Amino acid sequence: MRDELLKIIEKNSRMDLKELAVILGVEEIDVVNELAALESEGVICGYHTMINWEKTDIEKVSALIEVRVTPQRGQGFDNVAERIQRYPEVQSVYLMSGGYDLMIILEGKSLREVSSFVSDKLSTLDQVLSAATHFILKKYKDHGTMLTQKKEDEREMITP
Amino acid sequence: MRNPLADKVVEIKPSGIRKFFDIVSEMKDAISLGVGEPDFDTPWHIRDEGIYSLEKGKTHYTSNSGLIELRQEICNYLYRKQGLVYHPLKEVLVTVGGSEAIDMGLRAMCNPGDEVLIPQPSYVSYEPCAVLAGAKPVIINLKAENEFRLTARELEEAITDRTKILILPFPNNPTGAIMERKDLESIAEVIIKHDIFVMSDEIYSELTYKGKHVSIAELPGMRERTVLINGFSKAYAMTGWRLGYACGPEEIIRQMTKIHQFAIMCAPTTAQYAAVEALKNGDGDVEEMRVAYNQRRRYLMNAIREMGLECFEPYGAFYVFPCISEFGMTSDEFAERLLEEEKLAVVPGTAFGDCGEGFLRISYAYSLERLKAALDRLGHFVERLRRERKDG
Repeated sequence: MRDELLKIIEKNSRMDLKELAVILGVEEIDVVNELAALESEGVICGYHTMINWEKTDIEKVSALIEVRVTPQRGQGFDNVAERIQRYPEVQSVYLMSGGYDLMIILEGKSLREVSSFVSDKLSTLDQVLSAATHFILKKYKDHGTMLTQKKEDEREMITP
Repeated sequence: MRNPLADKVVEIKPSGIRKFFDIVSEMKDAISLGVGEPDFDTPWHIRDEGIYSLEKGKTHYTSNSGLIELRQEICNYLYRKQGLVYHPLKEVLVTVGGSEAIDMGLRAMCNPGDEVLIPQPSYVSYEPCAVLAGAKPVIINLKAENEFRLTARELEEAITDRTKILILPFPNNPTGAIMERKDLESIAEVIIKHDIFVMSDEIYSELTYKGKHVSIAELPGMRERTVLINGFSKAYAMTGWRLGYACGPEEIIRQMTKIHQFAIMCAPTTAQYAAVEALKNGDGDVEEMRVAYNQRRRYLMNAIREMGLECFEPYGAFYVFPCISEFGMTSDEFAERLLEEEKLAVVPGTAFGDCGEGFLRISYAYSLERLKAALDRLGHFVERLRRERKDG
């Protein structure tokens, strides 16, 4: 049940417990216990809402920053990554294979906010060798959800 | 002027579903649980292979029986899933949907006056295809008390000296019934005893929710008397591609291929290339869709039970088949009133045979959100009818 439960709530965390129990074919109490276990094990880290900010009046700028850093003895990349992730405007930090080391996804209110983060905060860290900033122009698909297409049911109303 | 038409064709009744379709299509803002096809689009990697085949200019006829690569993959699939061994060159025919395979099979096997046993409720094409093949359809009325499975006794009672073929439509549209191994074993005995053949329509084989599907061809002595029909529509959500297949003894497949060659030439080439990809890399997609259908099935069954409607729990396809006879209306009347008063379309059980009277086919090939909205409407309607009956 665990895998199936996770797959369902990853797509729709608002489904109520009774409904979850019905579609999984288990008792409601089992769902409650399983969710509690998943939370305490840190498998479930939060219940977020996907928002397409482009449809609101709120201005947001997202950037993807490729960072090259000098790893530290005994720490590797962990120290610098942990430092970077403390900034609230940083949405994601990933350690990457290939041409650079860390990928940061940054969300700011304006272009200026993003550029000042890069020049004042990120680039001034001792271990940071270089940072290449790419601004995100449009999101087509995010977290497995297509943002630009709305799907209609085009099937015939009645078929044998 | 002379009558331009063939009596045999004119005498076939139009599909009961057609009549209802016409009413529904005139109604605005109706919602439907009446669809007999998946709501999922074909998985992208399968569509992509179809597109790629077009880009490469694969736009010609294939061999009459279908691409050899596809026939090989079909054989691999049937071995993987059912443990069945078929020869890709001699025992497989790729057809335009499972529907064509049904038609070709009946035409290849029936002599005038041969009787074809058709358990009902079942898909709408068996009876007309049997008539067009010159055979005499003999209906076996399946019973709710047996969960709409075919029993050895019902089969035995329907067999005569003229009986040639039994059509075995499981997992079943419209009832959602399945036949488990023990059920098949008991009818196989009767089939062998009376030396008849089976046309096993297993188009919903991937959609079972109680153990894995068993084909009657797996049972001892049955492979040589079974034409197994399957296809891509339901398992891979490929209804619009029109692709199915028949597997069976060489002598039957050879004659089916002969008719197919003259009537159809070959199944659509693009669809065949896409199907190769489906069989090679689609097992994961099938399982993902099956899990989603199963969730909806549980949701729908729970709602039907909460409404207090009588309904056996179906373990196959994507339909439930609740009984509405408590309301003192025919299936047609119920479905028409439901449509008029709640703007919800379902299919009356009678569209699938007279013994579907008193039942409705409700499809769960819909998102949970849609099911929820539709079941609210059905719930209101049922409540209102009960109140009316109490007051009246």
